[in-house]
Amino acid sequence: MSLLRVTDMTHFFGGLRAVYRYNLTLAPGEIRGLIGPNGAGKTTIFNLITGIHTPSRGTVALEGRNIVGLRPHEIATRGLGRTFQNMLLWRHMTVLEHVRMAHYAQLQYGLFGAFFGSPRRYAEEERVEANSLRLLRIFDVERYARQIVTSLPYGAQRRVEMARAMATRPKVLFLDEPTAGMTPEELTQMIGIIRKIHQEFQVAILLIEHRLKFVMELCQRIQTLVFGEVIAEGTPEEIKNNPEVIEAYLGKEEVA
Amino acid sequence: MSLEFLLQNVINALQWGSFYALIALGYSMVYSILMLFNFTHGDIFMTGTYIGLGVATGLLALSGAMGIVLPGWLLLAMTIVIAMFLTSFVGVAVERVGYRPLRDAPRASAAITGLMIGIMLEYGNLAILGTQRLLFPPIIETVTYNIFGVFVTNKKIVIVAVALSLMLALHLFIQKTRWGMAMRAMSFDFQVVPLMGVSINLIAPMTFAIGSALAAAGGILYALAYPVLDPFMGILLGWKSFVAAILGGRGSILGAALAGFLLGFIEVFVPIVFPSTFRDLIAYSIILLILTFRPYGFFGQAHSTQLRL
Repeated sequence: MSLLRVTDMTHFFGGLRAVYRYNLTLAPGEIRGLIGPNGAGKTTIFNLITGIHTPSRGTVALEGRNIVGLRPHEIATRGLGRTFQNMLLWRHMTVLEHVRMAHYAQLQYGLFGAFFGSPRRYAEEERVEANSLRLLRIFDVERYARQIVTSLPYGAQRRVEMARAMATRPKVLFLDEPTAGMTPEELTQMIGIIRKIHQEFQVAILLIEHRLKFVMELCQRIQTLVFGEVIAEGTPEEIKNNPEVIEAYLGKEEVA
Repeated sequence: MSLEFLLQNVINALQWGSFYALIALGYSMVYSILMLFNFTHGDIFMTGTYIGLGVATGLLALSGAMGIVLPGWLLLAMTIVIAMFLTSFVGVAVERVGYRPLRDAPRASAAITGLMIGIMLEYGNLAILGTQRLLFPPIIETVTYNIFGVFVTNKKIVIVAVALSLMLALHLFIQKTRWGMAMRAMSFDFQVVPLMGVSINLIAPMTFAIGSALAAAGGILYALAYPVLDPFMGILLGWKSFVAAILGGRGSILGAALAGFLLGFIEVFVPIVFPSTFRDLIAYSIILLILTFRPYGFFGQAHSTQLRL
């Protein structure tokens, strides 16, 4: 059974057709890439599936259940996590607080327990703290745990964002340009980390990326989006040799 | 100026600072999370005070009918807790009816709506309770202590102690609980926080509820010291506390509390040097001068809305 299935998803912003008849079937544990020139609608697809916008037409089902029309926090609670292109971190909070905060939906204690320090609350917080530190270790940012997130090197901030997304225990993880602005060393490390979380958590990943090398290396299948439409879909090898894909990318470079 | 005189005025300043700080916290919390100055807040303070009046009167009548004499401090504690609880619903209602439909609207629309709801609360009160001023029942007897020549009433001690305890409770709530952490995160963005499974439509009303409950506590403490209530009592105190919230740095909880106390000190100490009719003129000139040099307040930063402590 597919974990995430998007069927004929179409979206208009006013008169602008942002996404047209987008289809996606993501199997458990699959890593898939979404590439395309700037403005092709890649991030819009993320926003439509995660509930920030509601698609004009089409269906989205997570584990067989419809999620169109649910609010973002409900979709997130059902197992869809994501990171952002511009890395929305909470600038004055520490690294550890970011990851702890991401456990919000897993905490059960009530207002009364919070104020009077019920044993349940302490047990829960202890578990959250342990799990947070474990995640920070996986993402190689444990040594920054008590630091304010903005004091970290850029690549480490990206990894904190990803650790935060993983702390919500997603079944499907959307990564929006996870290597944007990274140095080649950080990029290589990121490939290792994505492989690792993929193995360890069995999470399905859909990633938007501009660096083709990165996508080719990680993804089993790749979709190419131009003007909101998928023009090509296939294995990295097929995509690399597809004339339409080459044209779309060359076309973009001509403009630039 | 003798030391006794100085200490006497410090105590008065702490009392006034407690009122301002408790109200200013509500402005700051709402601002940091929703980027919105809740101009209804002064009138929520007024409403909370009247709710406190109702609760205190009710409790007195109830205990009288049952033939038991409750100690004053217990009556006061019950009044504060019940009134805080009830007033929090006023805040939730204001958020739900007034501000939530305008969440994506220009901030000016929300500000105007807030002002109008405030006027509705004032005149709603006037319509229901009439034009006469009401007296807050004297639930605790005034006891004056003479400590080395400084006169301190038990009420002043209660006012400052309750205000400080509530601020400490708020601090712990924001730092230690999951909702507090969600509030701090929400002061940065509305986009990521829901992805953590947080409903904004839970946290936003919760923020209003806490701010309103603190205002109600401030109102009851105020009524202990100045027991004559009128429907427009929230206007001046509300605006002054709003100034304190700005002076503290928009969105800063610690700043709002400190600035509230600073305001109390300026207002109490200015009339010692100048004629008392000059009090607010000079006090607020001083604040304007501070803001000229620190336009973002004590703990604010340019474009910052963070809920910090």
